[in-house]
Amino acid sequence: MSELGAKHAEQVGIEVKHLRVSYDGFVAVADTSLRVGAGESFGIVGESGSGKSTVLRAICGLAPMQSGTVQLVGSATSPLPLPGSKSFRRLVQMVFQDPYGSLHPRQTVDRILAEPLAIHHIGDAELRIERALDEVGLGTGFRFRYPHQLSGGQRQRIAIARALILEPQILLLDEPTSALDASVQAEVLNLLEDLRRKRGLTFIMVSHDLAVVTHMCERLMVMQRGQTVELLSAADLAASRVRQQYTRNLMLASTGFSRAVSNT
Amino acid sequence: MTARPRRTLASAAEPVLVVDDLRVSFPNRDGGRTEAVRGVSFALGRERLGIVGESGSGKSQTGRAILGLTAPEGLVTANRLEFNGVDLLRCTPRQRRELRGGRIAMVLQDPKFSLNPVMTIGEQVVETLRAHTRMSSSQARSKALAALEAVQIDQPERVYKLYPHEVSGGMGQRAMIAMMLIADPDLLIADEPTSALDVTVQLQVLAILDALVIQRGMGLIFISHDLRLVSTFCDRILVMYAGRVVEEVSAGGLADAKHPYTRGLLNCLPKLADDRHPLPTLDRQPEWAL
Repeated sequence: MSELGAKHAEQVGIEVKHLRVSYDGFVAVADTSLRVGAGESFGIVGESGSGKSTVLRAICGLAPMQSGTVQLVGSATSPLPLPGSKSFRRLVQMVFQDPYGSLHPRQTVDRILAEPLAIHHIGDAELRIERALDEVGLGTGFRFRYPHQLSGGQRQRIAIARALILEPQILLLDEPTSALDASVQAEVLNLLEDLRRKRGLTFIMVSHDLAVVTHMCERLMVMQRGQTVELLSAADLAASRVRQQYTRNLMLASTGFSRAVSNT
Repeated sequence: MTARPRRTLASAAEPVLVVDDLRVSFPNRDGGRTEAVRGVSFALGRERLGIVGESGSGKSQTGRAILGLTAPEGLVTANRLEFNGVDLLRCTPRQRRELRGGRIAMVLQDPKFSLNPVMTIGEQVVETLRAHTRMSSSQARSKALAALEAVQIDQPERVYKLYPHEVSGGMGQRAMIAMMLIADPDLLIADEPTSALDVTVQLQVLAILDALVIQRGMGLIFISHDLRLVSTFCDRILVMYAGRVVEEVSAGGLADAKHPYTRGLLNCLPKLADDRHPLPTLDRQPEWAL
């Protein structure tokens, strides 16, 4: 930890400029720019197909970028790693939505956590795996279990441990709690906040749940059909200081069903 | 098959469904049985009843037992399980099959997985219809189109010919509702019908469901994990925990819920205009599961 920790001790943020992603002519993200400062927590909200997950995937190289740039920002004097490089991937890790689909079903937790260490040639795997499990509140008793022996919340903790074991500075969270029960969601959100505070992480969190994003993030972006609708602070949203009708509709929808509204 | 007997005009007070001490158990590894549902009782009239609970609370197994869809190794027992006076536990499989889809229908969670991927939407609606009523194919087609229109699908002719992978989640769920309602059931069981949908689409689907339930005077059992959503939609709510109903709340009375589990569940949700760090978590007490 010490020599690796020292190497990336300082925090980094990320800047995305004029990102455009399209698949066979279908424009998933049209022209999105965002800047997330070091240690900041930034949210992206939108419905299915709004391009919110694609932004995250483009940042970590899982979606083809047509144009635009992604770069790390920080106060470092030494140059920061470029997207696509191994050291960039180490600094920027992702947690996926579905804890049932994102863990290898035939690998034990131990093997799942050992893999990123092997890829990045990081030593003392033994110790790191134990520590990673402790950090996400599972303990070493879970080390030799298979994903099917774990609950949804426990699986998501393993996915978080897998991302954190490389000691990244930026964590991309793609709907990390939408497949979980409400009480488990609260536990995982608390865990994420706690880890962020301890490690000074930068978060970009994608969710369709306005309340979750407002709870976790200081600033957020609302997307619709690949376009940025609005950029606002969580405080503004909480106090309903929104400019766009679309954002207002999302807010209204999140309060639940109402016969009066649905009849109009 | 003769035409389905017309439903008797039951008075509003007479329950459509009576469930008394329903138990569902499955064999476990130790050779014993694990009870997933442990004595659930309720009576349902022509109203919207919500059943809320987290994964493993037995809410879906309750719904499946009513419909007769419990996995073969599961054992269903009850003092009474009656639908419009028919004893569901002593029905022949044939009688059960006639009820299912015809008079009791179920909407499932994810249209992606619960529609047949190699049949067009129209064919699937027609299949349900003709399984219960005898009619010509052109008649069935026009009824299917009308059903698709009733769930507010704009171009029923176009959607009729589409396969499930060609439509959005909201559209798929509407098609499934159309399919379930086409035989004009008395009771609709909706198991997480909107959980796979976006919030705004969720509300559209709920509005359709709501209107249909009111127009046709059906009973509705709405199974969900989302306490807040259910409380805005249903007339009353049963809260389940570890296979039992721990509390019954009226729709408006969510704030007055007494059971610590219900209160904990409400409390651990992040709220828009509320800054609580860390979020309160649910402290599960062993006595809740007794």
